[in-house]
Amino acid sequence: MTALLSLSAVSKRFRGLVAVDGVSFEVAEGALFAVIGPNGAGKTTLFNMIAGAMRPDGGSIVFAGEPIGGLPADAVCRRGLARTFQLVRPFPALSVEDNVIVGALLHRHDVGAAREHAHTVLRRLDLYDKRRQRAATLTLPDRKRLEVARALATGPRLLLLDEVMAGLRPTETDRMVATLRAINRETGVTILLIEHVMRAVMALASRVLVLDHGTVIAEGAPEAVVRDPAVVQSYLGQSHEELGAV
Amino acid sequence: MGAIAARVTDGLPRRTVIALVLLLAVLVAAPFFVNDYLITVLVLILYLAFTGQAWNIMMGFAGQLSLGNALYAGLGAYISAALFTRYGVDPWLGFLVAAPVAAAAGAIIGFLAFRFGVTGVYFAILTIAFAEFARIGFDHLAIVNAAAGLFLPVAQYSHNDLWRLRGDPTMFYYVMLAATLVALVLCRLLLKSRIGYFWLAIREDEQAARATGIPTFRYKMLAIVISAVVTSFAGVFYAFFYNNLFPEQVFNISQSIQMILGPIIGGVGTLFGPILGAFVLTGLAESLNNALTAFGVDMPGAEQVFYGVCLLLVVAALPEGIWPWLARRCGIAEEAP
Repeated sequence: MTALLSLSAVSKRFRGLVAVDGVSFEVAEGALFAVIGPNGAGKTTLFNMIAGAMRPDGGSIVFAGEPIGGLPADAVCRRGLARTFQLVRPFPALSVEDNVIVGALLHRHDVGAAREHAHTVLRRLDLYDKRRQRAATLTLPDRKRLEVARALATGPRLLLLDEVMAGLRPTETDRMVATLRAINRETGVTILLIEHVMRAVMALASRVLVLDHGTVIAEGAPEAVVRDPAVVQSYLGQSHEELGAV
Repeated sequence: MGAIAARVTDGLPRRTVIALVLLLAVLVAAPFFVNDYLITVLVLILYLAFTGQAWNIMMGFAGQLSLGNALYAGLGAYISAALFTRYGVDPWLGFLVAAPVAAAAGAIIGFLAFRFGVTGVYFAILTIAFAEFARIGFDHLAIVNAAAGLFLPVAQYSHNDLWRLRGDPTMFYYVMLAATLVALVLCRLLLKSRIGYFWLAIREDEQAARATGIPTFRYKMLAIVISAVVTSFAGVFYAFFYNNLFPEQVFNISQSIQMILGPIIGGVGTLFGPILGAFVLTGLAESLNNALTAFGVDMPGAEQVFYGVCLLLVVAALPEGIWPWLARRCGIAEEAP
């Protein structure tokens, strides 16, 4: 498999603080790749640099053979990397359907065709029956699903999910995991998720990268990574509850 | 023609289409039943409905608060009037000159604001500033008689001359009615298109819109330019209807405010709100004026106080505006859940 996304020596500083320090990794096409790490490890900063919300201070980000580091967020999305937000940001006054149509219109000019595509995506995310509701009236789990739907409707090659499980109950987490697995299997879209919920990571990811203090401390298959002494000490060791959840 | 009509009415409940056609019929027939005074009131209402519609493209669709739309109307008015009085250029051709100038003015404001991240209240202040520049500039511009004002020749016309926009109030009424209808159709087509969806996304959450791949700068520029061009037509109309232009008047912020009251009262972001708001506000204000006159009360500023009270009431009781509430009550809301 070839790498769809590759980062090499990516860094970001905020004044004195080095949030991300020379991070390199590759995400293979079709993979389910998770980035984990304790709070403040630099996960969100890393994510923001890939999604175009922040410019890296150093290193390179290459997507599908082209450098995308420092491109604005909309240009990144048009190249095929669609993101969700950790704190969900649907278009609140628009209907669920219209939210997804906006995404579908990115590579379609006809609203009718976009609506049809939006319906396909809404069915995939189990939101079809709620399509006429205003997005603001949805419950948190549904808003999270709507974020995924809107991003997926843009027809990405890589789906960037920022803590999409955060705040979900275990049953909802399992449901989201199943949905993401199905999307990955059926559409072939590569998924890069930043995640805190170990239960989801273990169930979903084919490969895991662990960040701590802005640097990579482990990378590999999920089962191997959770047994890695460095990981246990810096991250999992801090929280027996989370280990228990595994 | 049929295809356009189908696209315009697509998705509207039958009752809404019928109600709109009836309203249009009443408005078309109105001049046969009312006197000249009422016609001029109706012209003013339609003028505000039209300019409100144009403002709504910016604020209601794309979420950019402009408080300086008088700039585009003023440019339209002055350019067409100056071309007419000095070179005898007919107003419709004058509009073809004024429209690109207004578009350029909008593009300059938009570029400065959207390129350098001026948003919200600061954007609104920027739009006021440009209208004020124009007011002060035109106040000293000799070619348009500066502060002394620009006057169009008023003669008794034996017949209505639509091409030169010379004639009786009824002709102006029909011109503005047609313009308001065109603006309504244009806005609906825009709103139901890809552009409209992208505007709403920007209005709702600009960062999320960008993350969804929308080049927000381009779409905000499009909104301000379209709004400016539409508003500049209102200016051309204003010049030829009132026949006198003073910078102090046409570029005044009170003009900009007048344009936005209708949509706010009627419903920001709705298609029919600006029209309904203009009717409600101007209709009630004129009634109030007449009542005061009838009772022999001389109260300067009563109209402004009245606008203030209306605004307070609507903002407090119906923050979405009258139209969304009315549409729900009458069962003609689009896409009822």
